[in-house]
Amino acid sequence: MDHVPPPADPVREAPTELTGWERPIGRGAFLATVLTGLGALTLLSRASGLSRAVTNVTSAVKPGGSWRIYAVASPLPKFDPASYRLRITGAVENPIELGWDEVQAWRSHPITADFHCVTGWSVMDVHWAGILPADIVARVKPTRKAKFVSMHSLEDPYVDQVTMEQFLEAGNVLAHTMDGEPLTREHGAPLRMVLPDMYGYKGVKWVKEIRFDSEQMSGYWEQRGYDTDAYVGRSNGYGG
Amino acid sequence: MPTTPPTRIARFTLTERVLHWEVVVAFAVMLATGLILYFPSLSGLMSRPAAKGVHLWAAIALGVGFTLVAVLGNRRAVLRSAREVQYLDADDMAWLKAGPAAQMGRVSPAPQGRFNAGQKLNTAMLSGGMVLMYVTGFLLWYGERHTEWRFEGSVPVHDLFTLFLVLLVTGHVYLAVIHPHTRAAMRGMVTGEVDREFAEHHHATWVAQHDAEEARR
Repeated sequence: MDHVPPPADPVREAPTELTGWERPIGRGAFLATVLTGLGALTLLSRASGLSRAVTNVTSAVKPGGSWRIYAVASPLPKFDPASYRLRITGAVENPIELGWDEVQAWRSHPITADFHCVTGWSVMDVHWAGILPADIVARVKPTRKAKFVSMHSLEDPYVDQVTMEQFLEAGNVLAHTMDGEPLTREHGAPLRMVLPDMYGYKGVKWVKEIRFDSEQMSGYWEQRGYDTDAYVGRSNGYGG
Repeated sequence: MPTTPPTRIARFTLTERVLHWEVVVAFAVMLATGLILYFPSLSGLMSRPAAKGVHLWAAIALGVGFTLVAVLGNRRAVLRSAREVQYLDADDMAWLKAGPAAQMGRVSPAPQGRFNAGQKLNTAMLSGGMVLMYVTGFLLWYGERHTEWRFEGSVPVHDLFTLFLVLLVTGHVYLAVIHPHTRAAMRGMVTGEVDREFAEHHHATWVAQHDAEEARR
């Protein structure tokens, strides 16, 4: 046996004789750390329920919730209520340009939805409020040429586009309110498109223009290889 | 013949110190840019593409820089340190069992080698954590373009191990910079030498080995 038990009295002044008892405990700690992480990676990737639980814990303890702020330009667009204009244009009978007061005067509709980012994080039960796509359509009256709707951002050159059907799906809203407060700058003030069935990159922030298009175009991330139809769990490699 | 031994003894070679500070600089840069990417309230400090670019290049620079210095520098010293942190002996176990109050006292609770048991485990866990950060970081980067490499677990594991590394590093920095009984060790990582008295109090086994080697010369 090469095992020599540790001495009974650990407090000694002089160095002991070399005992020859050595164990690769440091190596074990290294491997345990790596294996714990790889195990967590596998487990969290396999069991969505577990990821959801982790997300809930993160939202509870992290300032700003489990949100991560994605932007493509710097600095973030700054909303000025006095100069802001929302343009709704394109293939419509009544193109409009609204000041912030007029935007706020529109009927506000609340929705609660989970937000999913294509990179793998989610925020559950976000309370949005804003303008219904159906109300926009009723007001500007798209012509028969209108097949797509593009959303243009104050953050140049961010843009994205959905089909008319996708734009009008239930649960969508052009949001000015998030969790009871006006949208903050990093969440896309004053307006962001919320399309709960799709990954977040389709939901343009800092919206300055809604345009009804006759032609299809590629959005900012679609130009970089992401799917045009970005349904949660059924696109961008998810859900096979 | 000198009657009094020198007041300082050499603990780290230049190679070991350069490797250490490479990790420090890269870790600080990756932590700062990582926090900007992580916290909504910090997102205005730097554009996301820029923060991401710096974050990724710091990881690459560390990987390349660490490998180059380890291979082209004093390989023997690097291998010796790598070996020392992997093995714990009976004194290390006694040290671990003594508890934090004794471990952080003026004199270590059991004679220790050049690294005490806490330093060994800290190094081992930090290294393991960094391997994981490279694995999950690579998946996050590569998975952006190749969706079959995108896993739901990559983001939370990268986040959790950031917290793990930050906790370990916080303890390490506290002991190296602030704690009165241990901060003398900082000199070793800057100049390579530590005060002999400090070494005798905290690394008695190492001092004995060191003196025996000196005597044989």
